[in-house]
Amino acid sequence: MSQLYTTVIGLEVHVQLATKSKLFCRCSTQFGAEPNTQTCSVCLGLPGSLPVMNRTAFDLSLKTAVALNCVIPKFTKWDRKQYYYPDLPKAYQISQYDLPMSSAGWLEISDEKGSFEPKRVRITRAHLEEDAGKSIHDEAAGKADSEIDLNRTGTPLLEIVSEPDLSSSAEAKAYLQELKLLLTHIGVSDCNMQEGSLRVDANINLHIDTPEGKIATPIVEIKNMNSFRAVERALDYEAPRQFRVWQETGQKIGEAPKQTRGWDDSAGVTRGQRSKEESSDYRYFPDPDLVPVLVTDDQVAEARKSLGELPADLRNRFVQEYGLSAYDASVIVNQGQGVTNYFEQVARESGDAKSACKWVTQDILRLLKDGEQEINAIGVSAANLAGMISAVNDGKLPKPRAKEAFELMLSTGSTAQQAIQELGIEQVDESALVELCRELLDKNPRVVADVQSGKVQAIGALIGQAKKLNPNVDPGRFREICLELAMESSSSE
Amino acid sequence: MAITRSDVEKVSLLARLQFSDSELDRLTGELAQIVEYVDHLSEVPTEGIEPMAHAVEVHNVFVSDEVMPSLPRDKALANAPRHNDRAFLVPPVLG
Ligand SMILES: [Zn+2]
Repeated sequence: MSQLYTTVIGLEVHVQLATKSKLFCRCSTQFGAEPNTQTCSVCLGLPGSLPVMNRTAFDLSLKTAVALNCVIPKFTKWDRKQYYYPDLPKAYQISQYDLPMSSAGWLEISDEKGSFEPKRVRITRAHLEEDAGKSIHDEAAGKADSEIDLNRTGTPLLEIVSEPDLSSSAEAKAYLQELKLLLTHIGVSDCNMQEGSLRVDANINLHIDTPEGKIATPIVEIKNMNSFRAVERALDYEAPRQFRVWQETGQKIGEAPKQTRGWDDSAGVTRGQRSKEESSDYRYFPDPDLVPVLVTDDQVAEARKSLGELPADLRNRFVQEYGLSAYDASVIVNQGQGVTNYFEQVARESGDAKSACKWVTQDILRLLKDGEQEINAIGVSAANLAGMISAVNDGKLPKPRAKEAFELMLSTGSTAQQAIQELGIEQVDESALVELCRELLDKNPRVVADVQSGKVQAIGALIGQAKKLNPNVDPGRFREICLELAMESSSSE
Repeated sequence: MAITRSDVEKVSLLARLQFSDSELDRLTGELAQIVEYVDHLSEVPTEGIEPMAHAVEVHNVFVSDEVMPSLPRDKALANAPRHNDRAFLVPPVLG
């Protein structure tokens, strides 16, 4: 397929900013309230009401724009975007048109499995606007009235628009995952898709090599994608569909208007929607109710300082400081701040980053996947896991029994020390181990002979017997001693 | 800039307003007069003058992010032509 065309994708992401109150009024932004219990004269658009900008919403936008490496203009303003829809009580949305608060940034994406080359996706702009309300339709007949809930009206949204730099659904997904990781990491949004805190629209078309040269197909905007998986599936559906349409109609960009299609997740198809109003139809003009905002260099520097270490920095540091592979560093950091902090605490307190990484990427992540548990709810705290790794390294907990101890710690929340006691694990001291080896070798002259003739694996038969006699025996050490003794007896004979 | 009847038709569609033929005729004339009046502004020489985004030289007006009580629901719905005590009701909207 990739020989026939290249796919060109740009994404528009709306994220709800983590404010307590709305963008221009003091109504709560809390999700899940009874319909129409979080409105006031401002968000209902009643005559005579005046919007005033929420400082935190602006600060969070600035922080995000800086984290996305955007240029921050010194002057920004808000405009009215007029359109008529029942969930938009003012019949205009306060948004930003020609002087957005940020532009020209980038976000780097990569795939730890190497399915595409790392790339910088350019960000066109990120601007601050208000959300609309929610229409609740009569699904069954489509004939009854629609209900309008205006609780969401006026909630602060940051619209982040990428350049059409993505060339596959995998890249689009990686971009969304990296964006979500970044935004949750710096705490500007919870990015909860189920609650609508993160919404994605995709613009997609194809570049096709033809004998007459390279042509582009008309751009389609896809809406109604409610998960990253849905975005991936919708793009995978839409690209070949556009190719089929082009084969049938030969239509190129400019020969058909930009189309909006909705993703139907259960049917697995995109369907045409009403044609989008042209941008000039929105009749933008500066909102006279809101004053512009001037941003100083100091404010930008302050915002930059408040970011701290970003996910990309963390990945680099884990490779440098802890000697992790780039793959492992990505796996840990991509899980979010909870797992990242957990790993760091285990690595620091145990002083054994390699083991910390192994336990976190294998056992801890399996638990997170299985039980959909939060990292903080896991029975083994970071301190206890670090203690367990130290116990193994200090020889207090034989490596083969570490898993057993881990499971016990998991179910009881105990420390490594307690688990070791509970399991009756005692360190078998060296002389007792030597004694045990002698005893078993004496009883099994056959094994001794085999070992002496080079069949080292014959020792395996003794390990089982040893463990029966004393479950605390470290099989590795037991094997070493037995081999030594068996060879010694051969040279002394 | 002259206002034509098709401009008025387009704008009324965008605003979801329906007019009769005679109303459209009247509005076209009235709007044309208003725009013509505003067009006088273009006689002012504005060469080299920076556009203003706002009529007053005020900027950075913020309020802190604190929740205050919203309207009681019955008050919020009070002016609605139709409601069902929990939501505004409108003719069926196609998704
Ligand atoms: Zn409000």
